[in-house]
Order: sequence, then structure tokens, then C-alpha cells
Amino acid sequence: MAEFDTNQIVELIKSTFGEAAVIDVVEASNPTVVEIAIDQSLSIFEFLHKDERLYFDMLSCITGIDNGPEVGTMEVIYNLYSIPFEQSVAIKLKVFREQPEVPSLVSIWRAADWMERETYDLFGINFKDHPDLRRILLPADWEGYPLRKDYKHQDKYRGMTVAHEDLLNKEDQPEGRE
Amino acid sequence: MASKIQYQYQEGGLVASEPNKYVEANLKSDELVVNLGPQHPSTHGVLRLEVLTDNEIIKDVIPHIGYLHRCFEKHAEALPYNQIIPYVDRMDYVAAINNEHAYALGVEKMLGISEQIPKRVEYIRVLVAELNRLASHFVAVGTYAMDIGAFTPFFWMMRDREHIQRLLEWVSGARMLYNYIWIGGLFYDLPIGFEDRCTEFVKYLKPKLKELETLVTDNKIFINRTANVGVLPLDLAINYGVTGPMLRASGLKFDLRKVDAYSVYPEIDFNIPIGSGQMGTTGDCWDRTFVRVREIHESVSIIEQCLVKLQNEHKRTRDFDPQEIVPKKIRPKAQDLYIRAENPKGELGFYFRADGRSDMPFRCKARSCCFSNLSVIADISRGSMIADLIAILGSIDIVLGEVDR
Repeated sequence: MAEFDTNQIVELIKSTFGEAAVIDVVEASNPTVVEIAIDQSLSIFEFLHKDERLYFDMLSCITGIDNGPEVGTMEVIYNLYSIPFEQSVAIKLKVFREQPEVPSLVSIWRAADWMERETYDLFGINFKDHPDLRRILLPADWEGYPLRKDYKHQDKYRGMTVAHEDLLNKEDQPEGRE
Repeated sequence: MASKIQYQYQEGGLVASEPNKYVEANLKSDELVVNLGPQHPSTHGVLRLEVLTDNEIIKDVIPHIGYLHRCFEKHAEALPYNQIIPYVDRMDYVAAINNEHAYALGVEKMLGISEQIPKRVEYIRVLVAELNRLASHFVAVGTYAMDIGAFTPFFWMMRDREHIQRLLEWVSGARMLYNYIWIGGLFYDLPIGFEDRCTEFVKYLKPKLKELETLVTDNKIFINRTANVGVLPLDLAINYGVTGPMLRASGLKFDLRKVDAYSVYPEIDFNIPIGSGQMGTTGDCWDRTFVRVREIHESVSIIEQCLVKLQNEHKRTRDFDPQEIVPKKIRPKAQDLYIRAENPKGELGFYFRADGRSDMPFRCKARSCCFSNLSVIADISRGSMIADLIAILGSIDIVLGEVDR
């Protein structure tokens, strides 16, 4: 039922915004992840939303991913869905871990409002021009961004010990099971 | 250790941890900030609403969430795939099996074993998921009726839900948090005699649903309280990422069970009820309740069809093992995958990233339907009365366990 596939989306973006707009296409993922250039991203998202051939009217999910301090990058992945064409695509933006900043999409999809606040809350990624960028899940005076790979929680929060009693005597987090 | 007082009270501590958006000094005359919750039964959990009012009229609603945040995504990064399932249960805890189903579908797709799942396993999954969907809608409609002043429906719904919980307890051993659907199979086959007992339950339930309609959706008082209240236009719903019965009540025939055709849903015949503004405007609170009530009927029909299949084509056999293809080691290839499924409350999605080297996900993001559905509340309650806010909040049908994760 889909009237176009991801290749056509990539071609459309390239023909409208130039070859450099698309950085990478990850075919191995489901749906296909298209990495786009961050400086053109806002107009590309607007194009994806408005263009009659694509019509991505729903923003399903925003996922932040921290690749860790060794790699030094973070990713924001947007899952878009086009209800009339029954087609989905994932758009990826890649930023450096120092001062990560991506444009806010609230002006296009209002669903982005809370999703971006959540990503900001847990990753510390700044969404430029977001109308109301506050922490949403954690308290406003919480320190640090928990979903970063090198996150260490604070010792005390308002006099309460943050770590569970069972873990207090151990040196670090529980060992990962391989 | 336990007797130690941990929390240190500080003047203004609460304000510092969750500040209001509207500060008294900046309010205009006639404006007043009313705080609702977090400990109030009508908020269905621990949700705080900061309501800016002008006399009785609502000017803005700011939800403050996160009181039930349990770091699901952080935990998931330190657990093997199969051990995440109990955590998934605790997200939308009134529809735990639906959560498990979505999660298991995703991991199976990553492993590439979706095609090998035996049909009987899939039918059992759909059967228990639809039973759980019934339970979830019973809670939604029952508590909603109680929110706006009718007490009887709540008891009736809880009575019928109890039957479902006992059935599922018989299947899995737990009443609410089941851990029943495993990656690649099930914890156990259905107990002997379950199909008959379930058929009996369906027979018992059908006349009760008629009573429910008379008592709730056709009730004059109920219609007056809900029709034309909290109208959600379709374009706004889509723009906000609203899904599930809320989206369908706004008039769009959109159900992931049909659109994505996952599991054995394509083999099952059912309708997608939508709201059409019968009692007022399309997308009002009455439509949302009406869609849920109609979905109860559809779920009952799905359950009947599953029971027929489970007693005939996919009958229990002596050598059937629901754990036959449950993988001993779950290590998907390096990939990204987004899976979504139709939960009672909307689209539940999981975004996985597997690095190919470990049994634990590199990242497991849960896209919560209640979270997105709740975010629309400010837009649909502006201009209505404070009493209607409770009606609007109840009609969204949120579970805070999933909003906060």
C-alpha cells in the first residue's frame, strides 16, 4: 500500500536540499534510518511534513542515544509515520557530546514538545527554540543526565541517600551480565 | 537502618524540586492557580495538574509528571532481553500482557524468529492480550463513570474484571503483572479446561455489556456531562501524536492491529469503531467512552474466534511445547528497530538498538501512549469549567506507570 519507499524519500531530500543533506542511510535497521545534516534539518523536517508526496503527519517517537565518551557523539532519532501512505521512516541527527544541540520541532509537530523535554531531561541535549524546555520526569533540581553512559548519580538528594542500601557497600554499580 | 529519618524538610523544598510555571506575582487580577493532585483519586495515580483559572473557566493546564518515574530505560540497559519483560509489565500495569506482547514482537523481529512462532502460541497470545484489553477498558470506563459521579458502574466493572484476573491468574500465576509472554514463546501452555471456562465467561459477559451500555453510554446524566466536553479535533490529535481510542474517537479509522497486521490479527475478523459525534461533536468525551465500549464488544468477538481456533485447528497436543523455540541466548545482530503495537490506550512503541556483542540492549526506549495522549490535555481543556477538567482527564484514560515509566 505504500506508494513510495525509503529510497524515494532519500532521493527527494537529495534533489531538494542537495547531495550533502543526506549523510548516511542505514538499511539494516527497521525502519530505515536516514541521517541528515543538522544545519538543514529543520527545513528537511518541514519538507517531510508538508510535501504532498510524503506527508509525514505523525511524529511517533523521539529517541536519544548516547554513544559513550569514547565515541564522543550522541544521536537523536525521530520516528515519523505517514498515515495516508502507511509509510514510516526514521531520521537521525548526530551531535557531539560537548554541548549537544539540535533544532526543536515543536513548530511542526506539537508531539515534539514533551518528547523533546524528555530527551533533554534524560540526556541533556538542548533543543533550540523549544518554547518550554524544562525537566519533565525528574525533579527540577536533579543533577546530571541519567541516560548518558558515563552518568554517576549524586550521593544525596535532599538528605536522602540516592543509592539503595544493598549497593552502598559495593564499590560501583552491579557488574553487567554478559 | 530502616528507622532512620531520611528526608530533610526544608522551607520551599517542594517548590525547588517541582516549581510551578505560573508564579503568583505575575498573575493578572481574577486569575488563580489551583493545584490538583498529586494525591487525588480523580488523577488516576500521582499526577499533579497546575490549573490557571479565571473564576470557573480554565485558562491553562500544566501537568507535572514524574512522580512514578522508575528509570525503566536505564534499568533496561543493564538487563538481558528476557529479564526486561517483568519491567515492561509494570509500565501500563492494568494491561501488562499487551505490553509484553509488543516487547516480545520487537525482540523476536530483531532475532529473525518471528516467522517460526507456532500458531497456537500466537493465538494464545492474542487471546490473553484481548482479555487484558477488556480488563483495561473495564477499568477505564468504570473509573471514568466514578469520576463524574456514578458509583455503580465502577463496582460492576470491577466485578467483571475480577473474572478476567482470575482467568489470567490461572494461566500465569499472577493477577496483574504476569510475565507470561516470553521471547519466542510462552511461560506455559493454557491450563487444561481453560478454553471451556473462558467460553463460559464470554457467555456470562455478553448480557452484562448490554447493562453497561444502558447504565453508562445511554445514560442521560452521563451524556450531559460528557457530550461536547473536551473536543479533540482530528488534525490536532494527529499533530500531538495521540493514538488509540482517543484518535479513533476523533474520527480516524486507525488501528495498528489492522495497519501493521502483526501477530495473527490479519486472520481475525473485527471492526474498528470510531467516534462520529452522535451525542455532540466528534472527538468529545462521550465519543471516547463510546469507542471504548464498542471496543469491548470487538475484543469479545476476537476472544471467541481465538477460542474456536484453539479448540480446533490449533488444538492442544501432548507434544506441544510453548517454549520450543525460546532462544537459550538472546543476542540480536547489530541493528536499530522500532516496533509498535496497539495497546488498549494507544500505540506502544519500543526503539531498540542492539550492538551485536551483548545480551543486553544498548538502548531500549519506550514510546508511551499515555505520555503522548496526556500532553494534549492543555489544548482540549482551555475554556471549559473546572468540573469538566476531571471529565476530560478521565476520558484520556492514563496510567501513570506508563506516563512516567
